[in-house]
Amino acid sequence: MGRDPATLLRKFHQARWDEPVILEMGVPGERGILVRKVEKGVQAEVGNGVSSIPADLRRSAPTRLPEVNQVRVLRHFMHLSQETMGTDVTIDISQGTCTMKYSPKVQEHIATRHPGMAEVHPLQPDISLQGLLEIIYKLEGFLREISGLDRFTFQPGGGAQGVYTGASIVRAYHAARGDVNRTEVITTMFSHPCDSAAPATAGYKIITLMPDELGYPDINALKAALSERTAAIFITNPEDTGIYNPRIDEYVKAAHEIGALCYYDQANANGMLGITRAKEAGFDLCHFNLHKTFSVPHQCMGGSVGAVGCRDELKKFLPVPRVGFDGKQYSLDYEASGSIGKVRSFFGNPQSLVKAYAWILHHGAAGLREAAECAVLNNNYLEKKLKEIRGVSVRYSADKCKLEQIRYSWEKLYNDTGVGTEDVMRRMADYGLQHYWMSHPPWIVPQPFTLEPCESYSRDDLDEYVAVLRQISKEAYENPELVKSAPHNQVVHKVPEPSINQPERIAVTWRQHLKKKAR
Amino acid sequence: MKKLGFLVNPVAGLGGRVGLKGSDGTEIIRKARELGAVPQSSCRAVQALGVLSRIKDRIAVTTYPAEMGEDAARECGLLPDVIGAIPKGATTAEDTVRAAREMEDHGVDLILFAGGDGTARDIYKAIGRRVPALGIPAGVKIHSGVYAVTPRHAGEVAVRFLEGKLTVHDAEVMDIDEDAFRRGTVTARLLGYLQTPEDRCFVQRAKAGSVRLEKEALQGITADVVGNMKPGWLYLVGPGTTTRGILSELGLRNTLLGVDVVLDKRLIASDANESELARLIADRQAMVVLSVIGGQGYLLGRGNQQLSPAVIRKVGKEQVIVVASKEKLVSLAGRPLLVDTGDEELDRMLSGYVKVTTGFQEYCMYKVGA
Repeated sequence: MGRDPATLLRKFHQARWDEPVILEMGVPGERGILVRKVEKGVQAEVGNGVSSIPADLRRSAPTRLPEVNQVRVLRHFMHLSQETMGTDVTIDISQGTCTMKYSPKVQEHIATRHPGMAEVHPLQPDISLQGLLEIIYKLEGFLREISGLDRFTFQPGGGAQGVYTGASIVRAYHAARGDVNRTEVITTMFSHPCDSAAPATAGYKIITLMPDELGYPDINALKAALSERTAAIFITNPEDTGIYNPRIDEYVKAAHEIGALCYYDQANANGMLGITRAKEAGFDLCHFNLHKTFSVPHQCMGGSVGAVGCRDELKKFLPVPRVGFDGKQYSLDYEASGSIGKVRSFFGNPQSLVKAYAWILHHGAAGLREAAECAVLNNNYLEKKLKEIRGVSVRYSADKCKLEQIRYSWEKLYNDTGVGTEDVMRRMADYGLQHYWMSHPPWIVPQPFTLEPCESYSRDDLDEYVAVLRQISKEAYENPELVKSAPHNQVVHKVPEPSINQPERIAVTWRQHLKKKAR
Repeated sequence: MKKLGFLVNPVAGLGGRVGLKGSDGTEIIRKARELGAVPQSSCRAVQALGVLSRIKDRIAVTTYPAEMGEDAARECGLLPDVIGAIPKGATTAEDTVRAAREMEDHGVDLILFAGGDGTARDIYKAIGRRVPALGIPAGVKIHSGVYAVTPRHAGEVAVRFLEGKLTVHDAEVMDIDEDAFRRGTVTARLLGYLQTPEDRCFVQRAKAGSVRLEKEALQGITADVVGNMKPGWLYLVGPGTTTRGILSELGLRNTLLGVDVVLDKRLIASDANESELARLIADRQAMVVLSVIGGQGYLLGRGNQQLSPAVIRKVGKEQVIVVASKEKLVSLAGRPLLVDTGDEELDRMLSGYVKVTTGFQEYCMYKVGA
């Protein structure tokens, strides 16, 4: 797609294939590979090939997989790839809070194709997994240095599971001290919703702090909420607003004074790598999403890692197995007294660990800091440019520099033209940009949108992004219907809003789809 | 084709700029005009209706003559079906009531009206909860929850509702006794609920596509309060849609606008007045359950005056449970919750932070101001 050098706008139209789900594409008898019959000698030796599998583990009927030949499979996935707007296709500044940075493809290659990764099994003896264990052990060393904390677990498969692991450790810590009356966890409105949802799943009552006039969590409200019932505070910094909370240590101190633990949600630490650490802020626990700050792909809500770190006095509660090193050899330590148990099988998702390890090695300590500084610079450049656009505002601390992301508002545009943030969001796709992330509910900032221009984006990328938003603002003032009826150049013009909010209509697997359709 | 009923109370807002606290009654309107007041409601109605002209080919507009809607509609380029008759330049509350009733008879899908609390009261009197209604804020007093934030916003909400994108919810109709207000005392009454389109701009969809609907939040709040009820304690449950759920959950009849008293999950007093409450709590421990009333965030002193300073003092600050959805708190846009019990010392005592129950085992620290 070409781009007009003067306006920086593209004449984009997405490919429309209206591609079916592959499970609907099968033709009986069609094959991708015809497997030859084995030679008689082999057959005589092993029988029909499945007879050595215990009878109760054998399928009695073939699986209902679609029967599709190779060319059609290839075409299918190529079509799908043309119907996406992800990070590798477009400028993905849009997914604020998600830290969509470039994932170097060489990492993918190492993590999935290197025989040390592709040909190992978690049940192999430690001695034959030395390479992988070394990577895990050394990656832990890196994260210890980055956070200042003492031990890490890589078992959790994502950020929310990391927070759940943290909440479970908090509970185990208080229980071990015989302190069983701590039933409450305090978090903040602008922290990620999993900071309330995951501790709630772990059995805690949740108290949320609202933001004060400047956008910081109200510290007086925290002091009013803290009591002998408080188990921990779970807090993000910066929160979704992107404003760094310089008094974070005061929150920690207040919580520690009444015997509560402090959990730092650093899922997204992209603005502070090499600059500030959880340890110096006084925190007892923290977690990093390797699929954000450390460049690992998000992998569609699965297959990644929420790396949870803690101080020495909490390490006995971490999940097992933990990777140990005696100076000569790496080993898996299953000593579980005190452990909260497993949160995922084996080592979690080791491919993600290898990718993060490669990324950190590639950057080095100075490179990590440079990445953070570059992300912050990009963000503040973008803010300056966006604030010049008619209808855009920043709700909190508009005059302050932000860290790596900002929650903006189209409130003025909405009041002036009736075009709201969802309308603008849909229109963006017409210019070849991924729709942006608005906000977690409830919308405290009216008509919100949240952008995060990581270090991967060039100034040219930022300028194109700004040009698109400026154009849409202009359209909203001149011809609001054009924006309200967007997208016009997309495969699907409008998804009926209620349908994506109804759990009974959402199916993420084929089996779910069949079940829900049958109802 | 959707039918819109459009109605302007031409004298709403008249008393505001000349400091008369409201515009109820012909005498006050005469006084306001003498003081040089000019009608505000018509131009505010035009702002709202301007938005609707966007979908004018897809809606049929029914309105009342001249300044009660026809003029504004024509100014916006609409071709309304004009019904009824009015005494031009001398309309009263009766005209509003009659207009709303006739619009109901015409089968309108929504009544969009410009006015203030008095107008909402008249509309409520006419149509109750039978026809959805939405207010364009144009009056002096806007305590009712049936009004959009701005006239333009009212237009947007109306468009979205007529396009079938919004559902309705119960919104409070409140009014303050103007005569008493002019004498310096605030007596706000909760009169009932209109069915108002719900603009869910505060509860938009989440990252993974799931919205915790306000209804679910209410179920959570109810489960939390009911689950924590202590045997042998009285529960003084104040008015409000949120608190109403608590009595329904217990299978008890509730007074929409009054204070009901529950003991061991049984109803022991319905719509209790102050002296009855005082008598009940004289020799028993009690909790008070309050919801946030009106768009301005009142906990006490608006629509629940039965919970008098004496009652609240006896019960004690620690025994006050405040319930509200997060969305409701967010809609206050950072403004504190308010108490106005008429007892300044008590108001001061109640201010600070309150732990609001926002869901099942979910709470929010929120500021209370006097």
